[in-house]
Amino acid sequence: MKNWIHIALPKGRLGEKAYAMLKNSSYDCPALEDPGRKLIFENPEKGIRYFWVKPSDVAIYVERGAADLGIVGKDILLEYQPDVYELLDLRMGKCRMAVAGKKDFRDPVGQTLKVATKFPNITRSYYSGKCRDIDIIHLNGSIELAPILGLSHVIVDIVETGTTLRENDLMVYEDIVPISARLIANIASYQFKDTQINTIRERLQGQVESKYD
Amino acid sequence: MTDRIWKREEQAVFALRSLYSRYGYVPYKMSHFEEYELYVRNKDFLVSDQIITFSGEGGRLLALKPDVTLSIVKNAPQTPGVVQKVYYDENVYRDYREIRQTGLECVGDLGEYEISEVVMLAVRSLALMQERFVLNISHMGLISAVLDSCGLTDGEKKQAMRCLRGKNIHGLQALCQGNLPAWEKLWTLAACRGSGEDVLGQMETILTTQEERTALGELAQLWRILKSGGRTESVRLDFSVGSDLGYYSGVVFRGYLEGIPASVLSGGQYDKLPRKMGRKSRAIGFAIYLDLLQQRSGEDDTQDIDTLIVHDGSIDTALLAQAAAKAAEQGSVLVSTSVPKDRTWKQLQRFEKGAQVE
Repeated sequence: MKNWIHIALPKGRLGEKAYAMLKNSSYDCPALEDPGRKLIFENPEKGIRYFWVKPSDVAIYVERGAADLGIVGKDILLEYQPDVYELLDLRMGKCRMAVAGKKDFRDPVGQTLKVATKFPNITRSYYSGKCRDIDIIHLNGSIELAPILGLSHVIVDIVETGTTLRENDLMVYEDIVPISARLIANIASYQFKDTQINTIRERLQGQVESKYD
Repeated sequence: MTDRIWKREEQAVFALRSLYSRYGYVPYKMSHFEEYELYVRNKDFLVSDQIITFSGEGGRLLALKPDVTLSIVKNAPQTPGVVQKVYYDENVYRDYREIRQTGLECVGDLGEYEISEVVMLAVRSLALMQERFVLNISHMGLISAVLDSCGLTDGEKKQAMRCLRGKNIHGLQALCQGNLPAWEKLWTLAACRGSGEDVLGQMETILTTQEERTALGELAQLWRILKSGGRTESVRLDFSVGSDLGYYSGVVFRGYLEGIPASVLSGGQYDKLPRKMGRKSRAIGFAIYLDLLQQRSGEDDTQDIDTLIVHDGSIDTALLAQAAAKAAEQGSVLVSTSVPKDRTWKQLQRFEKGAQVE
């Protein structure tokens, strides 16, 4: 029986960049490069199977063992705390988790701080470290609207270039944590496919080091 | 046939019971509930804090047991030289789910032999369930001594534990910036994985304190005992096995079966639990999560029944009964007046208008 390696890639630019690195590591899959609506692609010769999933679902696929490996943002790992191995910082898809608010924002220290976010767990943990009483408003998108419309005092969100914030008269007040893409592995799969997984990790690490070091 | 009647986890339970009995372990039957207070006092020991409670006699708050170990340990013997060896097969209740758990506990005046016996039984339990398995062994005493020697704050220690558990070497590197000796130690701890021969020598070169050496010595001795019993082929030393739980003190281990995406066996030495309960005993044990055996991928390609007999009611019932009895001698049979949509079968016998047509 061939020991296939299943890799969950996040749909979108990050997944495409991650695939490019895997391709450079000789884990190419020509079928994946043809545009179409297929979700699963395999290269039987290399024993590798890729599938595209929603970025926030990658960790679930890996934790539950549907995928042996996955590429996922550190934000997702911090938010959902999946029980997986975090094998490599790919140092791409770099951004930061930050607190932002309107330019004239002043922290209302005498009252509960209203925070809008897609990341309630990261937010809770950050403010509990500061012993600050907060009211989390869980939104699923267009977080920047919340302080503009008075729904919240601040937002906790991912900031890449800051353009969206600037265009909406918002600015970053505090950085919480830097974010980048990580290679993760299912812990049980790793026990039986460690040689293959470590080869993939080492090849990717080689590329990361040659690019950044 | 027997394979089909006994579910995979039931077959496993029989084999495990037999194994544990042969080593002098006796069955331990628990009641379904326990005083809630026991779990509140030892909340940190529990995997989940979602406990199902209800009011008992006289308004006492009771809980459906989320764990077996606590109930066993609270009655642990304290007499020198006495060791209680028990095994159990119980349902526990966590996160509003009923989970079947089998395992064993060895509590009392434990020595090196008892500890190695429990680890050996963990190895043999996995081997009974499947040919391809891995048991990862670590040592909480060693991890905690290494972390102590690195000069980390409590917060940093917790972070380092998380990184070790996730094999997150880049995270450890960030944590140890400017602290080269700590980085060297933690890197070795995270990167070392393999047989005792591969790992122990490498670990020895980085240790600096007596506590670290004592703990490594215990691990080395355990490896030597397992090896002398010829039980190390599928055993790895791997320091990603660890826990924030302050109760684990020595050897900790986790077992995996190929094709099952989570660890099926988890255990370790938890001397601090009986001590917290005011008992002068030591303890080691493990649990096997049998419900995970159902998750084996690529399995279940067998048919539900061997013979399906479909008739239109026109055949003589005595003849039908004979056909059914004959088929039942060979395997399983289902007699039906229509083809069932929710079953699969190996062969079909069809009786129409008083005669067999297929």
